[in-house]
Amino acid sequence: MDWVAIGLSLRLSFWTTLILLLLGLPIAHWLTFSGWRWKVLIEAIVALPIVLPPTVLGFYVLIAIGPRSPIGRFYQLLTGELLPFSFRGLLVASVLYSLPFAVQPFASAFKTVDRRFIEASWCLGVSRFTTFRRVIIPLSIPGIIAGIVLSFAHTLGEFGVVLMVGGNLPGITRTVSISIYDEVQSLNYDLAGQTSLLLLGFSFLVLVVTYALQRRVSAVWPMN
Amino acid sequence: MDEVVQEFQKDHPETAVKVTYGSSGNFYSQLSNQAPFDLFLSADIGYPRKLSEQGLTLPGTEFLYAIGSIVVWVPTSSPIQVERLKMEALRHDSVRHIAIANPKHAPYGKAAEAALRSSGIYEAVQSKLVLGENISQTFQFVQSGNAEIGIVALSLALAPSVKEQGRYWKVPLDAYPRLEQGGIILKWAKDMEAVQSFRKFVMGSKGRPLLKAYGFILPGEE
Repeated sequence: MDWVAIGLSLRLSFWTTLILLLLGLPIAHWLTFSGWRWKVLIEAIVALPIVLPPTVLGFYVLIAIGPRSPIGRFYQLLTGELLPFSFRGLLVASVLYSLPFAVQPFASAFKTVDRRFIEASWCLGVSRFTTFRRVIIPLSIPGIIAGIVLSFAHTLGEFGVVLMVGGNLPGITRTVSISIYDEVQSLNYDLAGQTSLLLLGFSFLVLVVTYALQRRVSAVWPMN
Repeated sequence: MDEVVQEFQKDHPETAVKVTYGSSGNFYSQLSNQAPFDLFLSADIGYPRKLSEQGLTLPGTEFLYAIGSIVVWVPTSSPIQVERLKMEALRHDSVRHIAIANPKHAPYGKAAEAALRSSGIYEAVQSKLVLGENISQTFQFVQSGNAEIGIVALSLALAPSVKEQGRYWKVPLDAYPRLEQGGIILKWAKDMEAVQSFRKFVMGSKGRPLLKAYGFILPGEE
């Protein structure tokens, strides 16, 4: 079994999830509480990766981070490196690809928080940031967990985007889904089957644990 | 391939030809599971042969239609003088990534790896290799500038849409095993007459010049 690929996929999923947590919480907060009239545009952009085929996203990302694009050149100027065919490039693509899977559960959890608690906190002179940290987040734990798990699982199962921007480098961009695809293409059905089974088992386990956990958490912090 | 089909339709307006493109290995898996295709044209004759061993094809229909070649390709704007440097172009200072097709399953990738090994630079460049899923994606990696250089099929380098975009050096044929491209008719082909006439067309006096224009070496003309 391709343990290097499995390790890489777990690493990619971990970092993607961490970045999405840091990035997704403020975006979800803004989406929930902002009164801007064109907010719907941002909502649509965030949700795009759900609708777009991974090949489209992968193709755009490859062009956008390549040496001929301003973004690619700026990154090269800063770091002396290029993003395509690197772990960081894959990370950029994964964060974009899984963004809605973090932001949407976060935002829908924030929406269910009782408005009175938030306003009470504000009236008591607590800052917006502290209210977010001490009132909104604790009341949204199940949704946040759901967002974390979905991001992790979605990144683990990512295929089309990685195929488009990865370049299939062992230990750097050859994720487990690519490795399985390679084995199938090389007619090593046994090996492909073993890794697939492991992935199936792991995905199932993650989801079972999450749902179980979510139930316990919501028992401790009943929503509404 | 599109051109071959266009020419064929001129002569046979009664037959509609539908083409599905993909990697040879993928189609092999699908055809082993009775995918509803009539004719299979593969970049590696080994795949049609394997299908025939499994008894999934019409006996005696296996055919060699062309022999492929590989080239070292760079975009026109590249500072690398590929025509002069030949294989050494891959070791040029400006090269960070070398695109080849995945040698594990793509016939042109296998040829590229063999050529790197036989010229003795495989170890030196191994860490720079990026693998395309198929030869077209490999080409796209170089064309988009994400890889500085690549080893691709001559037929791609000669395609009218990209001919002006790059320069190349042809890897000598003895540097890699022959890329025998072959086809076969599947056992479950519906209109046997139409399929047979297409097979004949590809190997006949109209199909051959088209293949030749794309740099393929034709069987019997080596």
